[in-house]
Amino acid sequence: MSDYNFAYLDEQTKRMIRRAILKGVAVPGYQVPFASREMPMPYGWGTGGVQVTAACLTPEDRLKVIDQGADDTTNAVSIRKFFEKTAEVAVTERTGEATIIQTRHRIPEEALTEDQILVYQVPIPEPLRFLEPSEVETRKMHALEDYGLMHVKLYEDISRHGEIATAYAYPVKVEGRYVMDPSPIPKFDNPKLESAALQLFGAGREQRIYAVPPFTQVVSLDFDDHPFDPSKAPHPCALCGAEDSYLDEVITDDAGSRMFVCSDTDFCASRREAAA
Amino acid sequence: MTPLLDVQSLTKSYGGRIGCSDVSFRLYPGEVLGIVGESGSGKSTLLNCLAGHLPPDAGRVIFDTRAEGPRDVLQMSEPERRMLGRTDWAFVHQNPRDGLRMRISAGGNVGERLMAVGARHYGEIREAATDWLGRVEISETRIDDRPSAFSGGMQQRLQIARNLVTGPRLVFMDEPTGGLDVSVQARLLDLIRGLVRRMGLSAIVVTHDLAVVRLLADRLMVMKDGHVIETGLTDQVLDDPQAPYTQLLVSSVLQV
Repeated sequence: MSDYNFAYLDEQTKRMIRRAILKGVAVPGYQVPFASREMPMPYGWGTGGVQVTAACLTPEDRLKVIDQGADDTTNAVSIRKFFEKTAEVAVTERTGEATIIQTRHRIPEEALTEDQILVYQVPIPEPLRFLEPSEVETRKMHALEDYGLMHVKLYEDISRHGEIATAYAYPVKVEGRYVMDPSPIPKFDNPKLESAALQLFGAGREQRIYAVPPFTQVVSLDFDDHPFDPSKAPHPCALCGAEDSYLDEVITDDAGSRMFVCSDTDFCASRREAAA
Repeated sequence: MTPLLDVQSLTKSYGGRIGCSDVSFRLYPGEVLGIVGESGSGKSTLLNCLAGHLPPDAGRVIFDTRAEGPRDVLQMSEPERRMLGRTDWAFVHQNPRDGLRMRISAGGNVGERLMAVGARHYGEIREAATDWLGRVEISETRIDDRPSAFSGGMQQRLQIARNLVTGPRLVFMDEPTGGLDVSVQARLLDLIRGLVRRMGLSAIVVTHDLAVVRLLADRLMVMKDGHVIETGLTDQVLDDPQAPYTQLLVSSVLQV
């Protein structure tokens, strides 16, 4: 189809985004401002992630899109179709086969490799935002490495709930320098942020791009006497029996029955295939 | 003896108007200096310049740092000044809302300075917070309440606890008893006086309330229209004022 430039965005825009990505890779965890474009989807649906993906795509790439771990939910299906139409790239649901994976709220269970790029959709890139409303002040805090306030939030969690109750978007420190919001992934996924793949984060509405290069140190913040705990529901998956994957709780009727199934649909399906 | 704070001809103007002009003084360890004057006399401008909240136009503010001895605060880099602001210095605002985080519990408010300087042990932070709430006469059971649930006097005491938890050597106070009723004021003054004496703090107290300085301050500086017009020992200035304006100020106090 020739009505669109390859991957929807014009070449100048992709160039601008790539420059922001390169800067982000050079300064891990630092939020690089970029001139986010209007995309043919509403803010909050992954406009940032889509722009980063568009800037990274080549015609030889194989794309996978995940929404909350699943390949078949609205957001994943529509973004996948978008790139099938505008870039005519191959798509896949298999984590291992993909070269670029755009994700919302999850990191795949299968370990990623050096040949893959993981693109996150980020709603609010600023980890200090709900503690300090002023952007001027938060930028200054990042510049001066003034992160005491982040621990005040965790302190409040413990004093109110007896433990660090933050379960998603759990703040991390990247390479001993910048505190970063890993996007709303469950804290179960935080250990997977130390990965062989290049991880890029795009926030469209907030106009920020940041990155975690391969094999970068990513430490989840905690207290000495309340260490970080990547918790999950204490069940095996009802479909594939996996004990070590992140689970979704699914209500099956209105009498209170429920089941726990893998949130990563590809992981669950390939385990069941292998077992069959 | 090295002065803790050595201020040399500090000047700040807002365009053509004078904020404070050519103010010099020395503050020695353990000393409390009162700055009095009417509204608009430049007291708060002076205090904000000293504490690094406002950049002065001219002058030097030399602080005797723990590690490196006397240094000009105005020449320090921003991270150094911030570090000083949360370790050796404390600033008590007139309105506790300016000095507290209203949406964070009392314990979190007290612990913030500790966490900012690197405390990472919840139990120890909590213990320090409990200890300090006790010292400013706030019940331990209120540690998880937000300051918005506190009375004005309690908020002011909480602000003091939050500031003193890192054991500062110099405290700036801007009308610490402003907006409180007289019985609460009296208790707060008693508390501050006790803390200052016990911890051997140096303090600069800005106020328009002469009773406050009579109780707290060793020395007094009277300001008018941005200039210092009289200095001396507190009792000396209040009992035998020399400058006409000081005489007016002292005689304006209502006797009950």
